[in-house]
Amino acid sequence: MSSNQHPKIIHKKDLTFWQKLYIPEILRGLRLTLAQIFRPKFTRQYPEERWKPPASFRGRPVLVEENGVERCVACGLCARVCPALAIEVQGSETELWKERYPVKFEINMLRCIFCGFCEEVCPEEAIVMSDEYELTFTSQEEGIFGKDKLLMPAVKLKDRLEFLRQHR
Amino acid sequence: MRNPEMFISLIKIVVVLVIMLTAVAYIVLLERRLAAAIQNRIGPNRVGWQGFLQPLADVLKLVLKEDIVPKSANKFIHDLAPVISISVALTTFAVVPFGDHITLFGQNIKLQIASVNVGILYILALTSLGVYGVTLSGWASNNKYSLLGGLRSSAQMISYELAMGLSIIGVVMLAGSLELDKIVQAQAGWKWNIFLQPIGFITFVVAAFAETNRLPFDLPEAEPELVAGYHTEYSGLKFGLFYLSEYANMLTSCAIITTLFLGGWQLPFLDGLGLPDFWLSLFHVGAFCLKVGVVLLFFIVIRWTIPRFRYDQLMNLGWKVMLPLTIANLLATGFVILLFE
Repeated sequence: MSSNQHPKIIHKKDLTFWQKLYIPEILRGLRLTLAQIFRPKFTRQYPEERWKPPASFRGRPVLVEENGVERCVACGLCARVCPALAIEVQGSETELWKERYPVKFEINMLRCIFCGFCEEVCPEEAIVMSDEYELTFTSQEEGIFGKDKLLMPAVKLKDRLEFLRQHR
Repeated sequence: MRNPEMFISLIKIVVVLVIMLTAVAYIVLLERRLAAAIQNRIGPNRVGWQGFLQPLADVLKLVLKEDIVPKSANKFIHDLAPVISISVALTTFAVVPFGDHITLFGQNIKLQIASVNVGILYILALTSLGVYGVTLSGWASNNKYSLLGGLRSSAQMISYELAMGLSIIGVVMLAGSLELDKIVQAQAGWKWNIFLQPIGFITFVVAAFAETNRLPFDLPEAEPELVAGYHTEYSGLKFGLFYLSEYANMLTSCAIITTLFLGGWQLPFLDGLGLPDFWLSLFHVGAFCLKVGVVLLFFIVIRWTIPRFRYDQLMNLGWKVMLPLTIANLLATGFVILLFE
């Protein structure tokens, strides 16, 4: 486009006589707002009505528990990949066929950014993002989740595991 | 009590004040719920049944907040301004007749706090006093946004006071009296001034919106431009007083609109029902409240319907449209009265 071209002049449409009177237009506006009153509401009454996230939702990360034992083999990949350095794993040996298990597995939920890298990197599908989004604590110490809070039976995570298998 | 008249007046003042303050609290709730409904939300419904204790919680919150006065503010005037606002908002109601007469305990009581023979002048004088609260608060805060809000408010009041006064004069000419009581009686039957003075009604309602700083004309506190306008530097109970006075002003304006244009406490078919006197006067009060309620709903819904005027548009409307319109209306009314008498 050359710069010496004149910009197109846009003429504003003049208001009609009735529009200039304001009052009919105000009445039209009133009809609209009054009609809105009887439309269905968008508000969700939160503590009573809870949102069930879809399987693709990344909630707080949890450890998958199968037959009473976590799948985790304490390889430490999640701790390595975690960009927020929120995960701490200490492994040890066990009699079970998986041979290694985490003695200590802590996620600092004050640092976690819900990126899902730990889930992506896990070779055992042992750490996944759950559908839980209600995280409240009253002290910093409470924000560090140990194994007791992280373990979740695989039955509860069926949707997410299914989703991961289909889309990964 | 040696003077029963005074005693009765005192009781009336207390009763009206209590009812008014309660009503104001619930207008706030009504406005919030209605605003929510218009925006497809639900609104405050947690405190008490359907949010009925919300006003109480709001007041409690405001009382518990710290009262902050800016360092460079004029302390005395900063304190004085909300008091002016609220006292003007509440005292204006004194001359509004909310019913005819009622006989209680053998006393014939007039349902109006003060029957002033220049009632309309009283109203006009007090409403123009109300602007001092806003302007002084804007000046005393020593904040540019507050000052701009205060200045806008005074300019707006001057422009709309004239149109307001002139649109009332048409009503006064028809009734032949400045007394609000007489004006109501002159509108007996269906002779409501809204039908006799439609242009006066429209201009008065528009001016009332401007006087109460309600939305199409809420330039003194236009939040996108002026933070919160004149009450930017107010907090706690003093902010609460401004808030209260805004809604009290709204209630009073609605009552005045009802009195001047919608026949006050009269409903045409009520007198024909042959009710006993006591019940008739109660129904009159009920009719008055009903009409005020309808006008209030109109005020609230308009707030969520029309966007704010630009400042030049506001001035144009006031001086170039409203003023000539009211004067033309005045002349026309005068001619019609001359022709028919």
